Amino acid sequence: MITPGLYHILFISTALFFIGMYGFFARKNLITMLMSIELILNSVNLNFIAFNKYLWPGRLDGVFFTIFIIAIAAAEAAVAIAIIINLYRSHKSIDVEQTEEMKY
Amino acid sequence: MNEFFTLMKSELVVTIILFLLLFIKIGKGMSNERLLVFIQVLLLINFIAGFVANEEGSLFGGLYYTGEMIVLQKNILNLGVLLISLLFADWFIKSSHLPEFFILMLSSLLGMFFLLSSGNLLMFYLSLELASIPVAAMANFDLQKRTSSEAAMKMILTSAFSSGILLFGISLVYGATGTISFEALPALLSAAPLQVMAFIFLFAAFAFKLSIVPFHLWTADVYQGSPTATTAFLSVISKGAFAFVFVTVLYKVFQPLHSVWYNLIMLLSIVTMIVGNLFALRQQNIKRFLAFSSIAQVGFILVGISSNTAEGTASVVYFILIYIFSNLAAFGVVGLIASQANRESINDYRGLYQTNKFLSWMIALALFSLAGIPPTAGFFGKLFLIKAGASQANYFYIIIAAVNLVVSLYYYLKIIRAIFMEPNEQPIAAIRVSFSVKLGLVICAAGIILTGLIGWIYDYIQLLG
Repeated sequence: MITPGLYHILFISTALFFIGMYGFFARKNLITMLMSIELILNSVNLNFIAFNKYLWPGRLDGVFFTIFIIAIAAAEAAVAIAIIINLYRSHKSIDVEQTEEMKY
Repeated sequence: MNEFFTLMKSELVVTIILFLLLFIKIGKGMSNERLLVFIQVLLLINFIAGFVANEEGSLFGGLYYTGEMIVLQKNILNLGVLLISLLFADWFIKSSHLPEFFILMLSSLLGMFFLLSSGNLLMFYLSLELASIPVAAMANFDLQKRTSSEAAMKMILTSAFSSGILLFGISLVYGATGTISFEALPALLSAAPLQVMAFIFLFAAFAFKLSIVPFHLWTADVYQGSPTATTAFLSVISKGAFAFVFVTVLYKVFQPLHSVWYNLIMLLSIVTMIVGNLFALRQQNIKRFLAFSSIAQVGFILVGISSNTAEGTASVVYFILIYIFSNLAAFGVVGLIASQANRESINDYRGLYQTNKFLSWMIALALFSLAGIPPTAGFFGKLFLIKAGASQANYFYIIIAAVNLVVSLYYYLKIIRAIFMEPNEQPIAAIRVSFSVKLGLVICAAGIILTGLIGWIYDYIQLLG
């Protein structure tokens, strides 16, 4: 049995980051795009916790940073969802393909 | 305790104004005209308060620091917000949610103040979010317009995505060095591969905020769709604050990676100038046109940033000061015409001079300054930026910047020609310019002319840098 080390966690968090990035570019539904951004933020949280535990156990900057990221992500999601609801009222859809009045 | 009040004075004044506005919102309604005058007086007090009792020092164990240069930058931003409250009076009076708009704008300004003063990556991230989330809500302020909600959606998604990238960069910096304090970082940074990668992520996040070219795609849509007051705030105040803090972070924190970021900035600034200019040529909507022109201006700001000297800092601050006057004058006229005649296309501006002489001269002056034609301050701003950039002796780069300067003349002059020379059967009807807008435009015009001619302004900025 392998005990998980820093590299395993970094692998997962980097994979999560790029899955989030792929979702952000590929998905058409605004709520799914928002979820992809949450994936990115959570991969960063994993990174901070892992670096704090394995590399710099004495310095708690990483853990504090994670707590702040969670709080800010909630605030950001609240504003984003308010905007998406308003977009739904005017466009009757939350598909990005429908929001293309302004181009080039 | 006393130190707390003197050092955080700018932030405290803005916070008090925020609370006052919240109480006004809760209390019984005031008419929009009176409320707007009240807010303008508050912002004037805020601007004046920026000049008294300034000290240098840091608080909260280095999380927050301030100095003369930072106070000057905050004052420049204060001036911009005051001018916005004057210039868009027409739109504000018609708006049904006036206090909310200023609450959001001042929260964003507060975030920018903390951003300029931050001494730690945690503080930096928090204030960056405080500076950018309210702007997305401001972009959605024309609630019944389809384009406005589209703009807000694009704004919040890009800003959330860019802050995700920023955080990934910060986490790598933390992993590589074990600290997030600006003071401790430079000693621990070398050009190790992991650190370079972390830096590139951070750089990408800044590029999103400043709309440097491969990351500029949100800019034009957001500028076109949002209400003009928000567009002006985004393109002038927000861009100015991020340019200031970009300079500080590059020069102070990432100095050990200078060879990396010099090449990055040179490359991106050339691309930014060229793409901004080329796309500005083909725009039909005036707000979209100003968006691409502001992208090109960022390219020139990067030329100044690339110098890596105290002169670079001074030239960027000086340029932003001029940019505030000239871009706000342009957006002020555009916003007034959009709110009264509801016309935003460049073709509608043909023959504007026949009906609106004052507004035509103001927008012409602003565009001359943006283009950088000698008697206006825009010329001196660009001269100092290019002079600072030339200190690296990379003349090929400077020549490209100068050529782009000439190309940009074409599209600015095209609009001036449309206003003054082209006939139009249905020109925009004569527009009523209220006292507040007139005052704002006259201050901008005075700034455009005098900032360049009064020599000690640049000397003073250089002294601080």
